[in-house]
Amino acid sequence: MTYIAKPRVSHPGLPKNELGLTSRDYEGAVSTLCAGCGHDSVTAAIIQAVFELNVEPHMLAKMSGIGCSSKTPAYFVSQSHGFNSVHGRMPSVTTGANAGNRDLMYIGVSGDGDSLSIGVGQFVHAIRRNLNMCYVIENNGVYGLTKGQFSASADIGSLPKKGMPNQQEPIDPVSTALSLGATYIARSFSGDKEQLVPLLKGALLHSGFSLVDIISPCVTFNDHEGSTKSYAHTREFYHHVVNIDYVHPSEEIKAAYAEGEAMPIHLHGGDTIVLRKVDEGYDPTSRASAFKFLRDRFNAGEITTGLLYVNESREEMHELMHNADTPLSKLKFEDLNPGAAELEKLQRRFR
Amino acid sequence: MKPTDTSNPDYFHKVVDCQWGCPAHTDVPAYIRMIAQGRFSDAYMENRKSNVFPGILGRVCDRPCEPACRRGRVEEKPVAICRLKRVAADHRDDIRDRLPRAPDNSNGKKIALIGAGCASLTVANDLRPLGYDVTIFEALDTTGGLMRTNIPQFRLPPKVLDEEIDYILDMGVDLKLNHRIESLKALLDDGFDAVFVGTGAPRGKNLEIPGRYDSDRIHIGIDWLESIAFEHTKSVGKNVLIIGVGNTAMDCCRSSLRLGAENVKVMARKPRGFFKASDWELQDAEEEEVEILVNHSPREFVIEDGKLVGMRFELMEYNVDEKGRIDRGTVTGEKFIPCDDVVLAIGQDNAFPWIERNIGIEFNEWDCPVVDETTMMCTRKGVFFGGDSAFGPKNIIWAVEHGHQAAISIHKHCHDKDIEDRLPMGLNLASQKMGMHEWSFSNDYNPAARRLMPHVDLKQRFKKLNIEVELGFTVEQTIEEVERCLNCDMQTVFTEKLCIECDACVDICPVNCLTITDNGEESELRTRLSAPADNHEQTLYVSAGLPQTSRVMVKDEDLCVHCSLCAERCPTGAWDMQKSTILIPYASDEASDEQPTTAAGGSGA
Repeated sequence: MTYIAKPRVSHPGLPKNELGLTSRDYEGAVSTLCAGCGHDSVTAAIIQAVFELNVEPHMLAKMSGIGCSSKTPAYFVSQSHGFNSVHGRMPSVTTGANAGNRDLMYIGVSGDGDSLSIGVGQFVHAIRRNLNMCYVIENNGVYGLTKGQFSASADIGSLPKKGMPNQQEPIDPVSTALSLGATYIARSFSGDKEQLVPLLKGALLHSGFSLVDIISPCVTFNDHEGSTKSYAHTREFYHHVVNIDYVHPSEEIKAAYAEGEAMPIHLHGGDTIVLRKVDEGYDPTSRASAFKFLRDRFNAGEITTGLLYVNESREEMHELMHNADTPLSKLKFEDLNPGAAELEKLQRRFR
Repeated sequence: MKPTDTSNPDYFHKVVDCQWGCPAHTDVPAYIRMIAQGRFSDAYMENRKSNVFPGILGRVCDRPCEPACRRGRVEEKPVAICRLKRVAADHRDDIRDRLPRAPDNSNGKKIALIGAGCASLTVANDLRPLGYDVTIFEALDTTGGLMRTNIPQFRLPPKVLDEEIDYILDMGVDLKLNHRIESLKALLDDGFDAVFVGTGAPRGKNLEIPGRYDSDRIHIGIDWLESIAFEHTKSVGKNVLIIGVGNTAMDCCRSSLRLGAENVKVMARKPRGFFKASDWELQDAEEEEVEILVNHSPREFVIEDGKLVGMRFELMEYNVDEKGRIDRGTVTGEKFIPCDDVVLAIGQDNAFPWIERNIGIEFNEWDCPVVDETTMMCTRKGVFFGGDSAFGPKNIIWAVEHGHQAAISIHKHCHDKDIEDRLPMGLNLASQKMGMHEWSFSNDYNPAARRLMPHVDLKQRFKKLNIEVELGFTVEQTIEEVERCLNCDMQTVFTEKLCIECDACVDICPVNCLTITDNGEESELRTRLSAPADNHEQTLYVSAGLPQTSRVMVKDEDLCVHCSLCAERCPTGAWDMQKSTILIPYASDEASDEQPTTAAGGSGA
């Protein structure tokens, strides 16, 4: 942690986005995480992504539960909405918030403990509902706040700083999300912002549930030799399959993308992402082949990263439920509560 | 790019823009920290080591440090370095017992210094403690040279001059006043081991246009200022025109106001932006309601019945090209401006009528001696030049630096050593980490704006010629201003083998000066950094390949505010804050035949 606040002074040549803001305007409080924590890099990537997407801070809601990861929403976009919920309950609280105001952009920041242990039930049901949110897992394989015990994402054979290697099968959030039908699934690494920022931008714009599983090393408890979630291990076994570029609506898709290796995907809001295949053998639109590929690579010890699966055709929660286009929070009381007579009429239909 | 070679002292020296920009390389951040701690005497001594006249320079220095100051790039206004120097001087205790002392016994070498200005005095300051017999020959009946005769007392009080000059004279200098050297040859025949010429640039430029010699109310600026200083001139007419817009012109116009002028106009040939005067001297003159008229080129003095009644000017128009260069201009009209006195302040020349041309001293096309820029020696062995007499009009701080270098050469010359073989500058680096988040210096950025110098009330200041206008910073101003210093000597030092490429430093840097990226050629690399790196005068600090990915850490030194956050956020200590102390050799170091190792600067806890 740092005692002095990050000075407000900034580089005079810093670029401004369409709102006239610089990336500095999207910062939050200074991080109190350990120096070198991967989560701080993820925070910086989120700041960069929302800056580049010209997000109005008051149109962003940042949600979290408990854990090192869940502290991080305090460190970006101070002027947005936020909710720091009970451990593992971030998906439910986000569901409620999103049900109330569908106009906001939701980003949930969770960790492997918050999402894969205490909150795993919440996590899977948010996917099932296809809740329109960007769900970030800052995945480091340990419980940092309680001094480094293995979490549910620790790999078999991974060594702790002290004690016995992990013996239990890890829960892989990517495969889990794939099996549950999530519509935007990506994996990345806190140490690779070039890949991470576009993935986050795609995830924020995607309509429906988007998962970004980010290997984010715990520099204090899980960055040693024998750890499978250290900076060095991740870099060594890192395997890009599909990177993406975000294309602003005003830009034309460059002809430079040759057929076959690049594929534009049009998002609901009018934005476009262009997939760039790094590994020819990978098809990010096929759940079945993605599943097999991920399993094979995992068994080979590789960490597959990039946009692993995308499906823009599924409806998100509000569409599935035929909700009003106007957020419930903006409807007049009379429209929200038409009265006992109307309720009676409705109930009669189900008798 | 190749990894930056930080073993060359120049690399980190350059990061300390103010120190690098100062001809005498005063360790500015070190003395500002001392002021912050209330150690005024220490701050004074730190200054004195390099610039010899802190009290004088704290008032009238040309301040090359301030335009160089990094703060001026991060925000608009640099740290008020010069004002803080004066704070150190104003609040120092009696420091006489901390001054270098001359030994009881002479080393038997006799040195003649011609002129008692800042250059000669610096040579005396450096050589007396080594046991040299030093004689200063001065044409006037007082010391200080142009500092006394050309800088008005309302800017530089005689008391300040006297104190600092006496520090040197009291080391035991043989001062011969009213002793004009008429022949260098004769002096050389007197058996001195070395001669140093510090006679300034004493000839004010003339303006040969019609009417020039038809009135006694047309004055040469520097001569006129001198006659005011010696109280030979005590009044001036109501309407005064000053020709020229350099710093001498500013002193002339402000002096006029104190001698009874009511309407003073400074006549500039070119538009604003092409004035020679320092911005702050212009501001001070304009505060006193001096009018500056631009684009007026003098054509003739108008004399009626033997009396100067005014001047005629050609009105000029100029074109400035995209590179900011101005053309010769075209005349668009004419204008008569009435006046009672005219002061010519259009520059100064060197003049050496007293140096014979057949004694082995080579003169160049401008009739100035050919002087080596490092050794300060002319083409005759044992004769050295410094100050304005060496390379034409510069300023006090340059003269001091010339004096230091000449003193080294004189010492080597007198001991039959090669004067070209000089000690190099050295560098000390010391970590300033005191604890987890504790540094030995105040690293929190203070966003305060530059403090403004309080001035004596406008009406009050004209009552007498010698009322010092600038009052000096108050305690409150000093406290605020010292915190504006970014401590650029607290260097960010990188050890690549420790880096795990976690990006923590890159993410925290408030001015986006760090990038981890693939290496490349500088011009191309500059386009791939976290923020635009358009200031090519500022270097990139490039590491060797990093252990995990072979990428490189690149730091653009341009806007680093030395807040230490990169080092605080670094989990492995790959970044550290280390104070750089530039070890500057003086004659005393050459005499001890050792690289200087002590720096009064220190870290300043």
